[in-house]
Amino acid sequence: MTAVTTDAADGYEAVFDAAVAADERIEPRDWMPDAYRATLIRQMAQHAHSEIIGMQPEANWITRAPSLRRKAILIAKVQDEAGHGLYLYSAAETLGVSRDELLDKLHSGRQRYSSIFNYPTLTWADVGAIGWLVDGAAITNQVPLCRCSYGPYARAMVRVCKEESFHQRQGYELLLALSRGTPAQHEMAQDAVNRWWWPSLMMFGPPDDESAHSAQSMAWKIKRHSNDELRQRFVDICVPQAEALGLALPDPDLRWNEQRGHHDFGAIDWSEFQAVLKGNGPCNEQRLAQRRQAHEEGAWVREAATAYAEKHRHQPAAPDHPEAAQDQRSHVDRPTELQEATA
Amino acid sequence: MTTTANAAALALGDDALVLSHRLGEWAGHAPVLEEDVALANIALDLLGQARVLLSLVGDEDELAYLREERAFRNLQLVEQPNGDFAHTIARQLYFSVWQRLLYGQLASAEGALTGIAAKAVKEVEYHQDHAEQWTLRLGDGTTESHQRMQRAVDALWRFTGELFQPVEGLDIDWQALEAAWLTSLTATLERATLTVPVGPRAGGWAAGAGRQGLHTESFGRMLAEMQHLHRSHPGASW
Repeated sequence: MTAVTTDAADGYEAVFDAAVAADERIEPRDWMPDAYRATLIRQMAQHAHSEIIGMQPEANWITRAPSLRRKAILIAKVQDEAGHGLYLYSAAETLGVSRDELLDKLHSGRQRYSSIFNYPTLTWADVGAIGWLVDGAAITNQVPLCRCSYGPYARAMVRVCKEESFHQRQGYELLLALSRGTPAQHEMAQDAVNRWWWPSLMMFGPPDDESAHSAQSMAWKIKRHSNDELRQRFVDICVPQAEALGLALPDPDLRWNEQRGHHDFGAIDWSEFQAVLKGNGPCNEQRLAQRRQAHEEGAWVREAATAYAEKHRHQPAAPDHPEAAQDQRSHVDRPTELQEATA
Repeated sequence: MTTTANAAALALGDDALVLSHRLGEWAGHAPVLEEDVALANIALDLLGQARVLLSLVGDEDELAYLREERAFRNLQLVEQPNGDFAHTIARQLYFSVWQRLLYGQLASAEGALTGIAAKAVKEVEYHQDHAEQWTLRLGDGTTESHQRMQRAVDALWRFTGELFQPVEGLDIDWQALEAAWLTSLTATLERATLTVPVGPRAGGWAAGAGRQGLHTESFGRMLAEMQHLHRSHPGASW
């Protein structure tokens, strides 16, 4: 490397550092350090993968939802998750990777998704516990990402968080209905909270002194708060909600600490977290296998779409299809109708 | 609502309910993420239609969860298993073209279902477009996709005669509806380089059987899955 280019790179780095320091957004065409780009790709891909894998534990209950209203809500939610995956893959693509590449890394186990989705949904109440606790933890993590230094990620998070808050309220409302229902329903709700509480706390990642990426991510303003700070915030939010639900949180050490102004809570079993992360959780194999299977069994469909596009590349768009103009309108209408369906 | 209007709402509501359920089975299994979104979207539209229609007849959840197989009035077509993506698309094509024509007529005539049909027809336009666009891509895509799509339209053909059996409470010219359906379908299949299937579409079990509560074997299993939780907690609300 010559002295001239080194100076140039130093200049770019200074501009980047100044922009981050001034809370300005880094945009796709801006210069950025390679490590910043790599960190963002890793984090955004993992986030997108989590949305996609996260469809499975909930979709597991679509065909068994106990009322048509709940079924509609659940279908809309799983659909939203696929949509979130699409936003996030698009946002990641602004950094110079392709969705195909990222999916390939997911399918081959080279990139991760959130460990929470390796737990099974064993009863209907799990759908509520996921909404309340898992989406609640995700929102606690993601709201600060709306101010993340990388513009496309921050903007994706604004959209994602709005919908996630909606899901979280629906999950809470589902649990409330069960908690106030028959004794069997109440028991189902309590059992689900017992199983999902600790894994939800693990969603914030390892303790601050063991978190490999935290310090750098905070310096770059990708992260705004430490894992332990966010976990504490989440516990403080959940305790009164659990009381309002009439459900107990499964932690004998959980109590208000007047001096700290926070709830103290018991020790997390990090060995379980590590095991799940390493692929040895209850559903790791099944989740990846289903993802791979959907991709492999869909290969002929994607090939057909590509072949068709190739054959019809030089033709004007559907000249003999009188409905084309109308169809454009009906696509634009979709989100409104969805909101109606889930309202 | 009169009894005959009830019968019509129940038949159309059951169609939408059962097809929505089948599409819900795709969630997380689609060939591309965009299709996970699209199939869930269509499932949700249909479930919305089902809820409105069943609510005209009685309590939507009682009707969905507490009737047994013989009391369901849906077409046999919509209860057919998803099969591969081509089977799902062929089922969508046959049904959505029919539903659009039928709801178009209901929307423009005076009757108990006018308002519902007018709202639903906008959704169904989108469903039809989705099915037609995929029929073109699969039919005129690769050799494999062409074969699979042809197999799918052939396999489901025998369930299409039932679409034109008169439904009690619907004042429709069924012969004209069938002619319009065949014209639309033939145009799409030909553009997709596919052959319009030949073979019986009426007679025996294929003739209006679902409307009389005579279903195919996989349907009972589908209902068992759909209803088991609701039935396990009698009287509970969710």
